[in-house]
Amino acid sequence: MNKPPRWLQKLLHWWGNPTTEEEVQGDLLELYTYWVETVGERRARWRYGLSVLKLLRPLAKRKQYYSPPFYLSPTMIRNYFKIAFRNLVRNKAYSLINIGGLAVGMAVAMLIGLWIWDELSYNKYHQHYDRIAQVMQNQTYNGVVTTQEHNPMPLGNALRRIYGTDFTYVAMSSGTFSTILSVGEKKFTKLGNYAEPEIAEMLSLKMVRGTRAGLKDPSSILLSESVAKAFFGESDPIGKLLKINDESSVKVAGVYEDFPQNSQFNEVSFLAPWDIIARATKNKDDWDSNQFRTYVQLADKADLDNVSAKIKDIKLINGRKESRLYKAQMFLHPMRNWHLYSEFENGVSIGGRIQYVWLFGIIGAFVLLLACINFMNLSTARSEKRAKEVGIRKAIGSVRAQLISQFFSESFLVVLLAFALAIGLVAVSMAGFNELAGKEIAMFWLSPYFWLVSVGFIALTGFLAGSYPALYLSSFQPIKALKGYGFQVGRFAALPRKVLVVIQFTVSVTLIIGTIIVYRQIQFAQSRPIGYSRAGLIMIQTPTPDIHEHFEAVRNELQQAGAVLEMAESHSPLTDLFLTLPDFDWRGKDPNLQASIGTIKVSHDFGKTVGWQFTQGRDFSRKFTTDSVGMVLNESAAKLMGFTNPIGELVKGGGFLNGESFKVIGVIKDMVMESPYKPVRPSVFVINKRKGNFVVLKIDPAASASEALSKTEAVFKKYNPAAPFDYKFVDQEHALKFAAEERVGKLASVLASLAIFISCLGLFGLASFMAEQRTKEIGVRKVLGASVLNLWGLLSKDFVFLVLIAFCIATPIAYYFLHNWLQKYEYRTEISWWVFALSGVGALAITLLTVSFQSIKAALVNPVKSLRSE
Amino acid sequence: MRRSDLGEFEEVVLLAVAVLSPKAYSVVIAEELERETNQTVSTGAVHAALQRLEQKGYLTSYLGEATAERGGRRKRLFTVTALGGRIMSEVHLVRNRMWERIIPTIRLEWS
Repeated sequence: MNKPPRWLQKLLHWWGNPTTEEEVQGDLLELYTYWVETVGERRARWRYGLSVLKLLRPLAKRKQYYSPPFYLSPTMIRNYFKIAFRNLVRNKAYSLINIGGLAVGMAVAMLIGLWIWDELSYNKYHQHYDRIAQVMQNQTYNGVVTTQEHNPMPLGNALRRIYGTDFTYVAMSSGTFSTILSVGEKKFTKLGNYAEPEIAEMLSLKMVRGTRAGLKDPSSILLSESVAKAFFGESDPIGKLLKINDESSVKVAGVYEDFPQNSQFNEVSFLAPWDIIARATKNKDDWDSNQFRTYVQLADKADLDNVSAKIKDIKLINGRKESRLYKAQMFLHPMRNWHLYSEFENGVSIGGRIQYVWLFGIIGAFVLLLACINFMNLSTARSEKRAKEVGIRKAIGSVRAQLISQFFSESFLVVLLAFALAIGLVAVSMAGFNELAGKEIAMFWLSPYFWLVSVGFIALTGFLAGSYPALYLSSFQPIKALKGYGFQVGRFAALPRKVLVVIQFTVSVTLIIGTIIVYRQIQFAQSRPIGYSRAGLIMIQTPTPDIHEHFEAVRNELQQAGAVLEMAESHSPLTDLFLTLPDFDWRGKDPNLQASIGTIKVSHDFGKTVGWQFTQGRDFSRKFTTDSVGMVLNESAAKLMGFTNPIGELVKGGGFLNGESFKVIGVIKDMVMESPYKPVRPSVFVINKRKGNFVVLKIDPAASASEALSKTEAVFKKYNPAAPFDYKFVDQEHALKFAAEERVGKLASVLASLAIFISCLGLFGLASFMAEQRTKEIGVRKVLGASVLNLWGLLSKDFVFLVLIAFCIATPIAYYFLHNWLQKYEYRTEISWWVFALSGVGALAITLLTVSFQSIKAALVNPVKSLRSE
Repeated sequence: MRRSDLGEFEEVVLLAVAVLSPKAYSVVIAEELERETNQTVSTGAVHAALQRLEQKGYLTSYLGEATAERGGRRKRLFTVTALGGRIMSEVHLVRNRMWERIIPTIRLEWS
């Protein structure tokens, strides 16, 4: 039998009249079956819901003999809206300014709201996201605590063994890196993780085929839906064989739905068995080499902070003496904080992206505020015209509440229209915004949540925008208003309006200054000397040994083909530093100094390829066989080591250089490999005896890039047919490091221009009212001989004054915030005075431009016309 | 007759109970009224009227048998009390008396 929705029955049970519950429930059920037969299930449900609603207690209460005040009767409300609508249509220009400005403000607020929502909902895709954490490590060098996410291999098993009851799952993982997957002739380089099988349950993979348990078999792999499609099309991939890096053969055990863009794992397109990594790792029990990531899911009753404190010393207890030197401390970093709170300073979380969430939230609120201020200002400015109306209404018996309702209806109508327009604007600009913000936000038209928030939003904005005019205009005394001076009692009548304009311009000027400084900072870091020559440099990752084995042959062929000038192998990419090692030693080293020194293993021709610049000494050379234990320092390293004349000094290598001695043969200018905002890390270059991870190529400037690339590809394919030819331009990779800042800069500039646009829109309306108000005065002045320039000055000077005040307020505010923001970067630009001057002059110019249009128009009117009326 | 004690809607509900007795309960009363008046009548309104009539003492009620159709819930069956019956006939009489006093010529002018 058909049943009505259960929750409605429950609702009736809770809120209905308990004495008649049984019969009422029975009646409704009987009617429901009758309705289902006569009008269909959908309408039956609808009717059922309505009936329940009418029977709920607060609604079904016997009617009190209460009549609503007449000014809230439906007829009056209809009347208010009718009048509001007529007012809107009559003053088309002002309505346009009002609605347009408000719509832009609302659209901005909505987009920012969506952006914030997306940021806050990061990682929520994973079902147990509030119980998942990553094990992180704090290490202390010279009293400075650094935080890192890499852990030694035996950690996973130790956690399981010692603290098994605190964790539901523990999974070691490799981190995400690119790997060649191949099926027959099809080859792709994909990003993926090698991880222990628990990861599948932990991340609550949504399986399309197969099960999460598939990863338990050490020779199987889980693929994301898109990768599976790329390899197998529509056919069933389960059980098919796949090769990883042309070595390990695994079979597909399952296909999972791709992770959404707002998950930390969004790049992971396959999960390969941990076994492959475990086999390749030499010292499985080595507690002192940190290479892997550890994810845990806490047991239901375990408390994160407690567990975090418990596991603190696990590495100190198990590791060698060295790890005691730098006081390794483990702690848990919960998944809900990964995205927004992942910046650590001295071992303590200091925020991260959450600052941007706050920043944009505040800016969005301000832009909306600007739009509301416009509305208020224009409404109060129009008070001259409406004062008469208010006076007459009051004189013939309107009560104040009625006038307040009238003005609120007007503001609600405007807000409603603006909202409709804003939705349209959002829909249109969504794609552009996504691109700007680097997100994939979809509008949730269908989400009831969205509409709920929107209704609240409309109510709030309507109230905010309507409150001031409603309360202010309705307070006029009818006699004064009719006599014509009710709206100008005393000198300070226009003061609130002026204050609001000052607020608007304070916000706008602050945003302009902010935008300029952000761009200056990006420019500053971009133009930082990088110590090598980027032009025509490409990097190719080589996971398989083929190229290394045929290195000379490849090099010769490429040079002969005229594709490349030079080619070298490197352990790290040019835009990152893969290896930093502790425990270096040299003559005269301060025994208390604990330094972690970047170590890059390269082939002989590396220097020639990247074009590094020597300040002392010479490059590696094949002529000297001793160069296999030679070392090139960068300037920072030479400085750290305190050498006045470093050439010929001996340096003992730390970490897994195992105390081998190297002879310094040269010092180069600092190369910016890591963040362009940080000081360059002291680094050393040594000759690599084994295969490097990357090949670096300098394209022959005589050949075109595409020609050189196709020739290079041909040669690479010849020697390494297994690997797809994936190359990266070094300058593009370098540019990527500015992406986050550029994004902020672009968003800030868009917001700043919108803010100034909205402010000017308001100013434009305001100026036109001022001019209108003073038509007679202008006429008289003109007749008595004032020039157009005089009149222009008269009308503009008020606004100029306001903007100057705004500028004075904005300067210290902007300085304070930007100074704080810049502290984040160790390599930063100065805040120069001309930025403020420029913003001030710019704001002033825009203001004058906006106001001039109206004031000149007013000044040019023939005084005969303006004086003849009345 | 105390006119204020019996509204027009209450009157027809009371009549319907009398007509449908002994099987009068909210749903069938609403149906009956819909059929007779050709207007939609909500059970809620009927319910309220029945309760008022019961308070005034014109109706009594008891809980009837449960049926599967009603999800195992019993229905409240109404019957007219003696007082109710007297009020009904009083109303009837008043109406009849007045009808009879209408002069035939006037009645003709209606059409």
